Amino acid sequence: MEFLNIILLVFIIVCAVSVSLTKNLFTSIVIFMSQSLAMSVIWIMLESPDLAVTEAAVGAGITSLLLFVTLKKIHAIDQQKKGATSHGENQE
Amino acid sequence: MAKIRNDYEHSWWPRLLQWLEDGSTRLDDELTAEMDESREGHLLPTHEDVAAHEAKLEERRNQKLADELAMYAHAHEWTRTKGAKLANWAYRIMSVVICVSIIWVLLQTAAYLPPFGSPDNPVNNEVSQRYIEKGMEETGAVNIVAGMILDYRAFDTLGESNVLFIAACSVLILLRVSSDKHDPTSVHQLEVEADDRMYEPKNDIILQHTVAFLVPVILLFGVYGVMNGHISPGGGFSGGAIMGAALILYLNAFGFKRTERFFTFKTFKTVSVCALSFYAISKAYSFFTGANHLHSFITPGTPGKLFSAGLIPYLNIAVGAVVCCTMYAFYTHFRKGDM
Repeated sequence: MEFLNIILLVFIIVCAVSVSLTKNLFTSIVIFMSQSLAMSVIWIMLESPDLAVTEAAVGAGITSLLLFVTLKKIHAIDQQKKGATSHGENQE
Repeated sequence: MAKIRNDYEHSWWPRLLQWLEDGSTRLDDELTAEMDESREGHLLPTHEDVAAHEAKLEERRNQKLADELAMYAHAHEWTRTKGAKLANWAYRIMSVVICVSIIWVLLQTAAYLPPFGSPDNPVNNEVSQRYIEKGMEETGAVNIVAGMILDYRAFDTLGESNVLFIAACSVLILLRVSSDKHDPTSVHQLEVEADDRMYEPKNDIILQHTVAFLVPVILLFGVYGVMNGHISPGGGFSGGAIMGAALILYLNAFGFKRTERFFTFKTFKTVSVCALSFYAISKAYSFFTGANHLHSFITPGTPGKLFSAGLIPYLNIAVGAVVCCTMYAFYTHFRKGDM
């Protein structure tokens, strides 16, 4: 159990650092999601299942969903995928 | 070049120079002095004098202009090459310095915190002792967290729900497109939003079948979390977030036409306002009777039963409804600018 705890904590730190170091915004949101998921497992191991459920639902679910939609709204996903000639720009 | 010259003349350096030189440029002063000198012998300047003076003036002006242009070009070149590099370096060094100092401050703070889990910590005082020992008896909630946040500290939870509601209101203010059919700008904006969604896959058969299987289960789990918030882990906030996520999943699979049949802006308004006012009114009653030692018809009931723990299940339902509606409203307003 101790070993799993250490692995999860190291995973969280690595995720938190790589979120800010990743150039691609889409990738960084996915990393952020996985960090939230590991955090919710840690909450369970700290015997607070209330927080674990909330973390999984809000941190990994809703927050990243809203971030994805924001990326879509500012046409960040299209541009990173297709370069300058995205249909998002042509419509403006 | 005119732009560079303009930029230069409006920057602080030439203005400072001009201020130091007493308002007028040095060249003007020199030329006026020369004109006065040449006038010494005669009463009036002759044609030759004027022509020579004009030529000299022209020459000097050209010289000055060329000097200035060279200087501007040099300054501009410097900012583009060396200056940009310097600014980049300064930026990097400053970011590292700021990060390291913040990390240092936080580590210093963490060093002074009491050890984790020690029984002598200041958090282990009579308040938490009372909550743990008498919580179930006084609130009727088996889940001590629900007993705390919805009974002892229900006022805090009302504040949280209101914060969420206010966040939803600000999202509405920022992102809502007026659905007025006669206003050309709002119609145009709605069309732009619709164009934005045009290239997305619609009626994906795999997604639709998966969602038809999953959404009832997820919704049921959310409802279970809300209803059993006082018995098992869960509660209004997490259960409401799960229900909101299920609604968003359904919307993604079947499109806005299907969800608009049961969830419109009017539903959102009604549900949020009713839930928040029910919360406030019922909790005001319970606080009033509790503070004045009056008889209240709210009783803790038998701990462990579904309908027990006084107001807690109803308050959980209210919080869950607000959270669910707010999450769904966030998503639709990001996608469509409307509900």
